[in-house]
Amino acid sequence: MATVSFKNATRIYPGGTKPAVDKLNLEVKDGELLVLVGPSGCGKSTSLRMLAGLEEVNEGGIYIGDREVTDVPPKDRDIAMVFQNYALYPHMTVAENMGFALKIAGVNKDERAERVLQAAKLLDLEPYLNRKPKALSGGQRQRVAMGRAIVRQPQVFLMDEPLSNLDAKLRVQTRTQIASLQRRLGVTTVYVTHDQVEAMTMGDRVAVLKDGLLQQVDTPRNLYDRPQNVFVAGFIGSPAMNLVQLPIIDGGVQFGDAVLPIAREILAKATGSRVTVGVRPEKLSVAPNGLIVDVDVIEELGSDGYLYGRVQLDGAEQNIVVRVHPIDHPMAGDKIHLQADPEAVHVFDAESGERLN
Amino acid sequence: MPSSISITAAAAEPELLDLPWHLPLEDWPKENIAALPKGLSRHTVRFAHLNDHVIAIKETLFDLAKREYEMLRKLEKLDIPCVEAFAIIQEREDLDGKPLPAVLITRHLKFSLPYRAMWSQGLREQTANRLVDALALLLVRLHLAGFFWGDVSLSNTLFRRDAGQFAAYLVDAETGHLYDSKLSNGQRENDLEIGRVNIAGELMDLIASGKATDLDPGTVSQRIVDKYRELWKELTETETFDDSERWKIAQRIQRLNDLGFDIQELSMAKDQDKRTVRIQPKVVDAGHHARRLLLVTGLDVEENQARRLLNDIDQYSLANAHLGFDEEVLAHKWLSEVFEPVVGAIPNELLGKLEPAELFHEVLRHRLKLSEVQGSDIALVDAVRSYISDVLAERRDESALLSGSPVTDTISLAESIPTGLIVVSDDETGDWRDKV
Repeated sequence: MATVSFKNATRIYPGGTKPAVDKLNLEVKDGELLVLVGPSGCGKSTSLRMLAGLEEVNEGGIYIGDREVTDVPPKDRDIAMVFQNYALYPHMTVAENMGFALKIAGVNKDERAERVLQAAKLLDLEPYLNRKPKALSGGQRQRVAMGRAIVRQPQVFLMDEPLSNLDAKLRVQTRTQIASLQRRLGVTTVYVTHDQVEAMTMGDRVAVLKDGLLQQVDTPRNLYDRPQNVFVAGFIGSPAMNLVQLPIIDGGVQFGDAVLPIAREILAKATGSRVTVGVRPEKLSVAPNGLIVDVDVIEELGSDGYLYGRVQLDGAEQNIVVRVHPIDHPMAGDKIHLQADPEAVHVFDAESGERLN
Repeated sequence: MPSSISITAAAAEPELLDLPWHLPLEDWPKENIAALPKGLSRHTVRFAHLNDHVIAIKETLFDLAKREYEMLRKLEKLDIPCVEAFAIIQEREDLDGKPLPAVLITRHLKFSLPYRAMWSQGLREQTANRLVDALALLLVRLHLAGFFWGDVSLSNTLFRRDAGQFAAYLVDAETGHLYDSKLSNGQRENDLEIGRVNIAGELMDLIASGKATDLDPGTVSQRIVDKYRELWKELTETETFDDSERWKIAQRIQRLNDLGFDIQELSMAKDQDKRTVRIQPKVVDAGHHARRLLLVTGLDVEENQARRLLNDIDQYSLANAHLGFDEEVLAHKWLSEVFEPVVGAIPNELLGKLEPAELFHEVLRHRLKLSEVQGSDIALVDAVRSYISDVLAERRDESALLSGSPVTDTISLAESIPTGLIVVSDDETGDWRDKV
C-alpha cells in the first residue's frame, strides 16, 4: 500500500514547444482509486506513463510512498499495469496461469500457493483453481487475467483505458467489477479514461486535465456540483451543462426578459461587464418569462425527457438542453421561456473562466 | 446474403465479396477455411483461401481494426518485417440483420510458421533459443524505428526459416504505438519485461501440453533480455578511442555489417584534447547482406540466407577468377549456372516444401555432410539428387502448412459466456498446489 505523488512533474516531448504535462501536482491517497480524465491530448496517458516509468520526467519528480521513483526502471517501481492484453495459456490450470510469473521471479512454492489462493478468494475463483481456462466463463477468464497482476502484490495498479476494446454492454459490466474489486483489494489505483461517465462512476476522486494542465481534482459529487472553471463545468456531466455569457445588471444578470438573481459580491469579482453562467439541464424549467428558447427536438427516454432548443444571445445562436417531463412537455416548434434555479447557478469569470461563486 | 458490407482494402480483389461475411467467423464452413496452425489469440482468428493465396481474418472492434490496419501499413513503409495489412470489413450483419464484429484481414506470410508449429516436430532448447534470438532482433528493429510494442510474445510473431536460423515477423500490432521521437529507456525496458514474462508463459504452456520437455522457460526467456541488450549496445553505443586507433572505426562498421546492419549515418567527434575520438552510429539499417545479394543477383531473401548465398558466390568467384570477369558478371553466372539449376531440379510437387533460398541452403548443407562421410568432394548435381530423394520428400509442406489439428485455439478474455454451473469433471486431477 502506498500513496502516489506527482510533484511539479513535467514532460516535454523532444521538439515540442508546449509541455505534454505541465507541472503536475497530484496526490493519490493510499488505497484510493483516482481517475485521470480529459479529452484526447490532455496529458492523462502521458501522466500515467510517467508514473509507470515509460516516459521521461523532464522536471519535477514522482514518488511512490516516500520513495522517489523518477529515475527508477519500470520493473523496479513495484507497480502493475493491469488488463494489458493478458493471454491465458490453455494447457495450464487457473492456478498456474495466475502464478507462473512468480515462479520465474523465484518466489518459493509455498509463497506462490499462498498468494494465488488469496487472489483466487478475492476474485471468487477458488473453486476453479484446478481448471483449464477453456472450462471457464468469459467473466471468470477476465478475473484470472486480473489475478496475474494481483498475485504480484504491487503497491500501485495502473490502468490505461482498460475497457477500450470491449463493446458497450460489457464495458459497463466490467467497470463495475473493476471498481468493486479495487475497493476489496484496497490497492492504490490510477485509472485513465477519456470517458467522463466512466470516470464519474468509478473514481473515488477524479482529476480533470486539459492541454497538459490539471484543471481540478475532486470527488465526482464536487466536480459536478462545484466545477472550478468553465472547462470542467462543460466536460463533466451528460448532457453537458448549459453555459451562456450574460450581461451583469443590477441584482443579477439579464436572463432573457427576466433577471437571474446573483449576489452582488460575486458579480463584483468579475473582470468584465459580463459573466459566464452555467446551469445544468435539470436545473432549468419552463416559466412564464425568462430566457426565450425555440424548441427543436424533444427526446423521450422513458423516465426522462430532454428538450433541445436554441437561444439568441447578442445575435448569435446557442444550443440549450433542458430536462423535461417525459410525457408532459413542450413540442418541437414551440417558443418557450426558461427559468433557472437560482440555488444551482454556476458563475464563471467571462475572461479567465474561473469560478466566481 | 446481407444487403451491404463496407470494405477498405489495399488491393482490389473482388473475390473478397464472395466470402461468407454474414456468418460469425466461428461458424465459417470448412470449404472456406485454410487449416493453418496459429498462436494464442484474444480474438477469433481464421485463415481463408482467397484466389491463390491465404488470408488471416481477425474479428475485432472496428476502431481497433482500423488502428491496427493503419499501424501495419506504417510499419511496412518503415521496412519493418511484419504481416501485410490487406483489408478491413465493417457493417457486417447476419441473415437476421444482427450486427457482426468488424474484421481485420492480413495476408498470410508464405513459408512462415507460428512457434507452436515448431514444437509439433519436437522442439529442442536450441530451436527455442533461435526463435528468441530472432524475436530479440525484431524488437531491436522495432525500437530503433520508434515502435513500442506493448505485447511482445512468441504468439504475436511469425517465423521464417533463415539458413539454419529464423527471421521474425510482427503479426499483432494492436497494442503498439509509433512515436516520432526515440523511445525512452523505460519504454524499451517495459517491452523487454513483457516479452520475458510472455515467453516464459508460452514455454510453460508448451511443457504443460507435453509438446516440449527439455526446456527451461526461465533461461530461454531471459535470453531475450540478454540478446536484445547485446545488440542494442553494438548498434547504438558511443565508442571512445585514441586518435592513433582510427582503424577501430572500420572495425565497428565491420562488426555491424556482420550483425546484418548497414550504417547510414555515423557521428564522429574529436575531444578537446585532440587525442580521443568518439563515434556513435546514428542511423542503421537492417538487411546488409540481403541488400547486397539483391543488388548483385536480384534475389530477395532473408538476411542469413543472403549471407549463405553470398558466401557461395564468393567461393564460385574465387574458383572462376581466372576468367577475368568482374563481381557482378560472376554473380550472374553463379545465378544461372549454380542457383537456378539447383532450384530447377526440384520436382514441382515438392516446391511447396521450402522457400527456394532455404532449399539451396539445405542442399549446400547436405552436400557438405555427404562430402564429409565420403571423405571427398561431392558434385552439386549428385548432392541435389540425393537431397531430393532422402531429405526433401520426407519433409512437410511449409508454404502454407496444413495441420491435422483443430483450426484455431481461441481463448478470449472478453467473451460473454453465461456463467453457470460447471461440471466437476472439468477439474484436472491432483492438487492445484502441486503445479503452481
